[in-house]
Amino acid sequence: MSNIHVEARQVVVPGQILATGMDHLPGDNTFRREEEIVAKRLGTVGTDGRVIKVTPLNGPYFPRVGDKIIGKVYDILMSGWRINTGSVYPAMLPVRDASNKFVKSENLRNLLDIGDFCVVKITKVSSQNMVDVGMRDPELHRLEGGRVIKINCNKVPRVIGKMGSMIGLIKKQTNADITVGQNGLVWIRADTPENEYRAENAIKIVNEHAHQSGLTEKVEAYLNGVQ
Amino acid sequence: MIRNIQTVKDLAKQGKRLDSRSFSEYRSPVTIETSVSQTAEGSAKVQIGDTIVMAGVKLSLEKPYNDTPNEGGIMINVELLPLSSPDYDPGPPGIKAVELARVTDRSIREAKAIDFKKLCIRKGELAWFISVDILTINDAGNLFDAICLASLVALNETRLRPFDEATGVVDYKGTTDTKLPILKQPLSVTVYKINGALMVDPSRDEEEAFDSRLTVAADEDGIISALQKGGSAPLSVNEVSEMVDLALTKIGELRVIMEKK
Amino acid sequence: MAYNKRLDGRKTKELREMEARSGVIPNADGSAYFRVGNTVVYVAVYGPRPAPRFLANPTKGILRFHYNMMPFSGYGSRIRPGHKRRSQEIGKVMTGALEPVVDLSKYPNTIVDVFVELPQTDAGTRCAAISASSIALADAGIPMTDMVASVAVGQVDGTVVADLTYNEEAYDAIVSDIPVAVIHGSKEISLLQMDGEIKKEDLITALDMAVEVTEEIHCLQVEALTKRFMVQ
Repeated sequence: MSNIHVEARQVVVPGQILATGMDHLPGDNTFRREEEIVAKRLGTVGTDGRVIKVTPLNGPYFPRVGDKIIGKVYDILMSGWRINTGSVYPAMLPVRDASNKFVKSENLRNLLDIGDFCVVKITKVSSQNMVDVGMRDPELHRLEGGRVIKINCNKVPRVIGKMGSMIGLIKKQTNADITVGQNGLVWIRADTPENEYRAENAIKIVNEHAHQSGLTEKVEAYLNGVQ
Repeated sequence: MIRNIQTVKDLAKQGKRLDSRSFSEYRSPVTIETSVSQTAEGSAKVQIGDTIVMAGVKLSLEKPYNDTPNEGGIMINVELLPLSSPDYDPGPPGIKAVELARVTDRSIREAKAIDFKKLCIRKGELAWFISVDILTINDAGNLFDAICLASLVALNETRLRPFDEATGVVDYKGTTDTKLPILKQPLSVTVYKINGALMVDPSRDEEEAFDSRLTVAADEDGIISALQKGGSAPLSVNEVSEMVDLALTKIGELRVIMEKK
Repeated sequence: MAYNKRLDGRKTKELREMEARSGVIPNADGSAYFRVGNTVVYVAVYGPRPAPRFLANPTKGILRFHYNMMPFSGYGSRIRPGHKRRSQEIGKVMTGALEPVVDLSKYPNTIVDVFVELPQTDAGTRCAAISASSIALADAGIPMTDMVASVAVGQVDGTVVADLTYNEEAYDAIVSDIPVAVIHGSKEISLLQMDGEIKKEDLITALDMAVEVTEEIHCLQVEALTKRFMVQ
């Protein structure tokens, strides 16, 4: 006999019992305590077949290989750059993974200087969460101009939207280039500072209301309301 | 912390700001809440945009200083709480907190805003001493102006406690209607210079991008009671003149908000 | 003369009026405001962030509490700021109260700092701080196996009561003040201290009372965390 005690998309708190019985399996951010499946993070409940999981509403970014993230160079070493990723663990960009061209160690500043923003991809994560990143793909590069804002990394999928629909809408309405890093840093560059600010606000609306329905309408209403 | 320092500088040159405000525009709303601590003799919470500070006044009866035997006194202390920003660490006040406290102290002391003689109960023996503690709850920029405003509101809200005149013992659970003898209402506004542009009420990104700043405190008659220049870039006399004009205008606007409260 | 009527007219098990909110400090990774009677607490959580070298643990993240009463927060003269043995001890026991439910095994070499600030106090400060910290940690998205709620129970002149005020702690008779933190699901006790004197039977009655009344605090914690995310 198995029972689910919560509704789909319900907001649950740590320690809340989601289901009893052995018919269900504990998914992300849940754990089994004897007969029960219990939430381990503040978040919304979802089921996937027999699996019950919690999608967090808040919390730190956890680095994963293959994630595209945004960072800021804060130091230059002999062998590469130290990157602030705005999250728990800083990242290292080794020279050999930064460019397809040969870069001499005394010329590292020409490629990326201290204070520069860049979009990079995670190539390695150690057991201690030491992060290595690379910048060799064409979509990875230094970010010129614009601004970087920080959003809740758990909301990144909503900011991007289904098949990129949300970010596409915002880009189109604000004439902005936008790159969303999985670590919750978002780079925005528009034709005018005003449009950049509109794009920033539109993204913040998604960030604030990501768990609610009618999100696209909210964002459209904002973008149509202020020109 | 990720800050857009270069973008702030570039925008300043074009006459723009990150959040589309004009250079002379405060963030909104500016809100003032009083009686935020019932254990304080007077208290206030000020919010400017996302910046939140709290001020509380404590009174004590003490022996006056030898050089001013018929006067009470005031002490202003600022704590940049690690609760309010990832930039602050636990420990004794650093130079930033000390500067904030001293500038606020001067704005009140030099304006002769409080009649210290009226705080004296018995010459050379007993007088009221005022402690104002201002603590940051969330630092999103422009602590100077928020702290000065919160201090003044908390002082205005303060009511003396009953006390035993013979022993000098204060009854901290009792209340009276007696206000502090406040003669003037000094407020401060800080003007920032970033890449040639002069602006008020900076965000944290703007504070990090600044070249120099000037804090101006003035009373309701526009008499300046404190000045503090900060930052490594020098200022011309013309710039100082322009900064003071801007500060005085904004002080007037803050005063309207304060008096409406 | 027995203590059959409480000074503020509450029933023995009745808590003071409470209020709780989450997400009150924008800079923080998680935060909470909590008020019980005239005791008010703000809590901010920062982290996980890199731990200072001398503290870093390569097998898990560490949890650290900083407890502070604002200088104007006491009924009495100003409290001088700075390190105090009392604050240090409370920080330590608070860490002990929340550590059993906080799981930082996935965050080696990091620290989660919890900052507690009290603008006004009327007894029960560490309990309010623990209840608030549990909200703030959950709000920060920290993995936790459960929530923790805390209350002071005790005995005033032979009567076992919950949520004592300063006036009750100072009552002119034999009094005991027992701060207790209770893990919601298992009903286990993660903080237990006592000032004063008590008989063993009364102690057990008091602890049973703590387990019972913290349920009410837990409901408030859940509301503070979830209400913000409901569709307006």
